Amino acid sequence: MGWGIFQYNPIPDQASAHAAKYDALFWTISILTVVFTLFVVLLILFYAIKYRRGTKVDRRNPMTHHNGLEALMMGVPLILALGIFGWSAKQFVEVRSMPKDAMEVFCIGKQWMWHFQHMNGIRENNELHVPVGQPVKLTMISQDVIHAMYLPEMRAQYHVVPGRYTELAFTPTKPGRYKILCAMHCGTQHSEMVGQLYVMDDREWGEWLEKGGNKYKDKPLNMVEAGAQVWKDKGCGNCHTGLDNPRAPSLVGILGKTRTMTDRTTAVADRDYLREAIKIPHNRITAGWENTMPVYGSTLTETQVLELVEFIKSLSVSRGEFQRTDMAGSTAASDGDSTAVDISNKGSSAGNAQFRSSEER
Amino acid sequence: MSATVVGQSSAKPSEPKNYLNADHTLKSWLLSVDHKRIGVMYLIAVTFFFFIGSIAAAMIRYELTSPKGILLSSEVYNKTFSAHGILMVFQFLVVVVPAVLGNFLIPIMIGARDMAYPRLNLLSLYMFITGGFLILTSFVLGGVDAGWTFYVPLSTISETQISLCLVGIFITGFSSIFTAVNFIGTIHKMRAPGMTWYRLPLFIWSHYATAIVVILGTPVVAITLFLVVVERGFGFGIFSPELGGDPVLFQHLFWFYSHPAVYIMILPAFGIISEIISCFSRRPIFGYRFVAYSSLSIAFLGFLVWGHHMFLSSQSVLQGIIFSLISFILAVPSAVKVFNWTLTMVKGSVHFSTPMLYALGFMGLFVIGGLTGLYLASVDTDVHLTGTYFIVAHFHYVMVGGTILAYLGGIHFWWPKMFGRTYSEFWGRLSAMIIFIGFNLTFFPQFMVGYLGMPRRYHYYYFAPEWQFYHLLSTAGSTVLGFGFLLPALYLTYSLFKGKKAGPNPWNAKGLEWEYTSSPPITENFTQPILVTDSVYDYNPAEDSKMYEVDEEATVEDMNK
Repeated sequence: MGWGIFQYNPIPDQASAHAAKYDALFWTISILTVVFTLFVVLLILFYAIKYRRGTKVDRRNPMTHHNGLEALMMGVPLILALGIFGWSAKQFVEVRSMPKDAMEVFCIGKQWMWHFQHMNGIRENNELHVPVGQPVKLTMISQDVIHAMYLPEMRAQYHVVPGRYTELAFTPTKPGRYKILCAMHCGTQHSEMVGQLYVMDDREWGEWLEKGGNKYKDKPLNMVEAGAQVWKDKGCGNCHTGLDNPRAPSLVGILGKTRTMTDRTTAVADRDYLREAIKIPHNRITAGWENTMPVYGSTLTETQVLELVEFIKSLSVSRGEFQRTDMAGSTAASDGDSTAVDISNKGSSAGNAQFRSSEER
Repeated sequence: MSATVVGQSSAKPSEPKNYLNADHTLKSWLLSVDHKRIGVMYLIAVTFFFFIGSIAAAMIRYELTSPKGILLSSEVYNKTFSAHGILMVFQFLVVVVPAVLGNFLIPIMIGARDMAYPRLNLLSLYMFITGGFLILTSFVLGGVDAGWTFYVPLSTISETQISLCLVGIFITGFSSIFTAVNFIGTIHKMRAPGMTWYRLPLFIWSHYATAIVVILGTPVVAITLFLVVVERGFGFGIFSPELGGDPVLFQHLFWFYSHPAVYIMILPAFGIISEIISCFSRRPIFGYRFVAYSSLSIAFLGFLVWGHHMFLSSQSVLQGIIFSLISFILAVPSAVKVFNWTLTMVKGSVHFSTPMLYALGFMGLFVIGGLTGLYLASVDTDVHLTGTYFIVAHFHYVMVGGTILAYLGGIHFWWPKMFGRTYSEFWGRLSAMIIFIGFNLTFFPQFMVGYLGMPRRYHYYYFAPEWQFYHLLSTAGSTVLGFGFLLPALYLTYSLFKGKKAGPNPWNAKGLEWEYTSSPPITENFTQPILVTDSVYDYNPAEDSKMYEVDEEATVEDMNK
């Protein structure tokens, strides 16, 4: 395990599918390093001793240059380096390609704590429980400074950056308790931003899930339910209805769609875009709408944003989550069947009116 | 190097006047535009900053002997390693070789009377001291806790004295730029007649490459750090995501300088090693042009690899792979240098003097430092190692094992020229060996604990007490290393007063500084204008070795009688 006092295992536990591949590359480079170092050091010692002053050796016509030798000195290291590079790049692409069937867990880094949130609603601080053999994808964001999620036994690490989502995937292969560390200096208690990763076999995992992570008496709200709560509290459905309307675009199926902005740039509506559209909506406005959405930058936590996005992903026109059913379907293009309310709303919502008046002034 | 003195030799008998005793007032030192006096003042200044930085290092090493810390709070610990990094990088490693040895030697080596811009040279010294003073003031007023890398948003939200410290680094940065401008101007325009580019000592080539890197890179980091000050002071949203900025942009701008800065630190060291190896092998350097051009290609490629500090920073996979590839290619010119130095000993007459021991130590440590760089250039292995003690060990092998060993070698080599006195060879050789052993004991265990997963900048590691073993080894080594650094300070200072007179050329070395100036040189460097007529490093190893063979034969004959 490597957790007991004074256990000098020189290799950290290999607890993920990638660890063995990683170590194969690591030790190959190590062997090359040792061979190369010994070669150079022995060569230096050999020449230094053979040609030390006063020895009787042939010193006539010392060679001052030899292009063939120089080519050899450059060629051999270059070929070895390119070989290692190719091997390493291939493995890096593997590690950075997120598996499709992964179990997604959300992670929020903050000074000085790791917060994890499972899809089913279980929340953990500085502890993460995952089942063995199941690829895990962490979707991570920081709410203050840059952290680095570092799982040494998984040979996995990635930065946790404020203002953008990053991802880290690993497949645990060995049940046990492992380290979660922060590997990017993040302030006073940086060295205490540590936690435990529990990899459990199927039976333990089932029990743990059953008990709601051993922590909750009642079953916690899952991500979508919690997101629905936020949606309701903030009244998102007042404007964002099942279909586009003059006040706001519909959010049904928005994830992955390409959006055109008022400045004619386009953006794919991924998690990062949705987060920005919630927290700083005025940064980019979708073409066809005005700058009317309130700013939720400081009112919604990163957790709430994650929950809200999960809820938005689950939206469908027919789900009936929308409070303003009267506005549904009343886009500018479909004036024919719009109601009186829609027409009165069109172009004259509170936000629009403000915007117009300031323009006219 | 052969050269002749041109012009009428003056009738005046050579007086023991030199740059040291030319004038004795304090003003004559503080306002001197003599590149040699400025070099000596730099020597005192960098030694001072190195001393303070070392005390911080000692505190870190002591603290880490226990998994739970001993003396310091986490806040003070963070300020201590920040102080260590900031002082060692900006106030010591970047300047040490160019400002001390470069300033002193470049004009003499190319046969010039002084730098191209002597007053700019003095200004750069005062910028350096002002910058250092502001940095130290920021430490006294409460310290800085963001590390020497000043990653945002930590450095923008930190409530420590970061703004003052950054202004200090900004000013020190301009000191480097002034020195670099001076070097380029001097090397281009002030060479003696006949001193063609391929007759230049390799020391000059590597300083020329360094100066180019400094001029292109330093303005970028200076402005970047200044933007952090602006963001802290006025709330401009440049790097902070809350203000609409981009924290990863800071890393790109920072490493665009700070990776080449590594070459600013190591290239001048390469120059020293080339001089020492050639002198104490008593033969021309092997592959002069390859060594010279490898410096330039390192300077060029050094600007294209900054992204290898950011493989995990959310830059794209493709970017990571491209930066990794260029980093691997950059290993080649470094390998060329090491092999050329090694082959320089073939058919030479190798003297194991103090500078040579430092140079041989440098080669061994630089090979390890360079090869462990492969683990980090390799994009996949970097994932597990970045941000750990493996990184710490790697760059200390290059910076301490490389730059500082070369610097000490250079100081021992040119000390008789700088001050006209020789030091004790016994103590010199002893210090070289103590430093070599202490260094390896300090930093080799850090590779191992880094691979085990110990992140750098950790105050506590009570969750993994098995790492303590490696930290104990490391601290033991650093004690030996500290003692090793103290020795030269003592016997070199002693030699200033009690050392034997060195004479103009105690090593019997080639080069204008040895063959055509006195020790210490006069203020004007040369009594007569110089005309260079032959290539550099024209040693004769066979003849040199003969002198020592004769002695041996004589002893053998004595014994036979």
